[in-house]
Amino acid sequence: MDRKNGIGSKIAFALLLIFLYVPIIYVVVFSFNSTKSLTNFTGFSTKWYESMFKNRALMESIWTTVSIAVIATIVSTLVGTITAIGLSKNRKVIRELVNQVNNLPMLNPEIVTAIGFMLLFSSLRIETGYVTMLLAHIAFCIPYVMLSILPRLRTLDPNIAEAAMDLGCTPWQAMWKVIIPQIKGSIFAGALVAFTMSFDDFVISLFTTGPGVSNISIYVYSNVKRVNPTINALSTLIVIFATILLILTNVVPMIRERRNTKNEVNQ
Amino acid sequence: MKAFAKLITPYVVWMCAMIIVPMLMIVLYAFTVQGNSVLTLQFTLSNFARFFSDPIFPSVLLRSLKMALFTTVFCIMIGYPIAYIMARFKPSSQGLCVLLVTLPMLINMLVRTYAWKGILSNFGFSSEINVYIGMVYNFIPYMILQIYTALSKIDPSLIIAAHDLGADDRETFLRVTLPLSLSGVVSGITLVFLPAVSSFFIPKFLGGGQYVLIGNLIEDYFVSTGDWNFGAAISMIMALIILGSMYITRKLDKQIGEDED
Repeated sequence: MDRKNGIGSKIAFALLLIFLYVPIIYVVVFSFNSTKSLTNFTGFSTKWYESMFKNRALMESIWTTVSIAVIATIVSTLVGTITAIGLSKNRKVIRELVNQVNNLPMLNPEIVTAIGFMLLFSSLRIETGYVTMLLAHIAFCIPYVMLSILPRLRTLDPNIAEAAMDLGCTPWQAMWKVIIPQIKGSIFAGALVAFTMSFDDFVISLFTTGPGVSNISIYVYSNVKRVNPTINALSTLIVIFATILLILTNVVPMIRERRNTKNEVNQ
Repeated sequence: MKAFAKLITPYVVWMCAMIIVPMLMIVLYAFTVQGNSVLTLQFTLSNFARFFSDPIFPSVLLRSLKMALFTTVFCIMIGYPIAYIMARFKPSSQGLCVLLVTLPMLINMLVRTYAWKGILSNFGFSSEINVYIGMVYNFIPYMILQIYTALSKIDPSLIIAAHDLGADDRETFLRVTLPLSLSGVVSGITLVFLPAVSSFFIPKFLGGGQYVLIGNLIEDYFVSTGDWNFGAAISMIMALIILGSMYITRKLDKQIGEDED
């Protein structure tokens, strides 16, 4: 691409940023409002934060969201990585078949996947609640982890793992010491996708949870009818959390890379 | 390496239980009526007949498809120029632009839609416009990032070559840049159209309860009415339409790819 951005282009891009960030700034500002109003800023106060931390249902929903996201990320990354490695050693027919089935929940509308889980759990007479929500999260995260790892595995030279085993490695050692270090980056990327998908999920959680168990999305959904500035305070926390996550996953690797190149230059 | 091949067995079992069986359950429910036990299972088309005989249901379906289509068109109309601008920034600032577009996507969709509820209550737009704003807002980052990725992959020497061969800016764009970026537009369409058809909290939050889409209908039949069989039939109709349109889009994408060769 040729690089000439006139002032008009810069204004257009700035307008887009305003469109993207106005609602975010709006909730952050109004989370400090002293009254319930969402249209008039009447004065600074942190009372909505206090009421948020005192609200047990809300705090429980944050805990549910975080714990499910962490467990679902760990399990789906482990299973997804092992399955992806196994899949790359299988015949093409099997690979294609597994990929096609894995594509189903990604192509299907979320609500259809969610209803499928709900019907499954109810016909097995499993009481819905925390565990069913967790199982559903693991199920929809694994295909995304595999999607992130499989293309990277295809670029690996299979001879390296073979050589490790010829030199006396067991298959497990070959996997841990040879294959996994080579695909570390894409495993991390897959885990990150799984975490954000689980953390932000609403539709599948709504249909697979039971009475009394809600995550952040379900809490917002069921409390949005009344004006409730506590949600603004909660949103502000989420904005801060997302920003930190984005900085950690983007800026830290950049710094590390810069340090590595500096080290190479010094050596 | 044969030892690794067996590693997929646990997941294949899990995949059958958690992906294939649930899909079959939806089909099973859609073709039966309430109150059937496993022993007296009787298949029927009455759920589908009910959907198409009442004019309300097809009209809600059409409204959802229309809404998703217009959302996709708006996202392309705004997203393409923005992605084009992003691809022309200095390489060092392009990373920052991508981060700025990505950040809102990381924030819970319900929270962002809830934020618009507050802002839009200051204006008095019709509920339809409110829903469109919410939809475009939620889905446009996907479109921008897909098109940007396609644009940034274009070899700059192709543009220079086109200029050297006498093409002006307009011609270069129409005959080089645009065809090479269409694959990004197609993957953007699948990422926007698909979730937009079935979205149900955006119309619920911003449409003030008057704007019913197919997703709201499904939710109602499962959560409030409790008629799971009819709800399953609606889901199946919607899933078939979406999978069909995805298939056509992919076919188109392949055709574009072949034309380029």
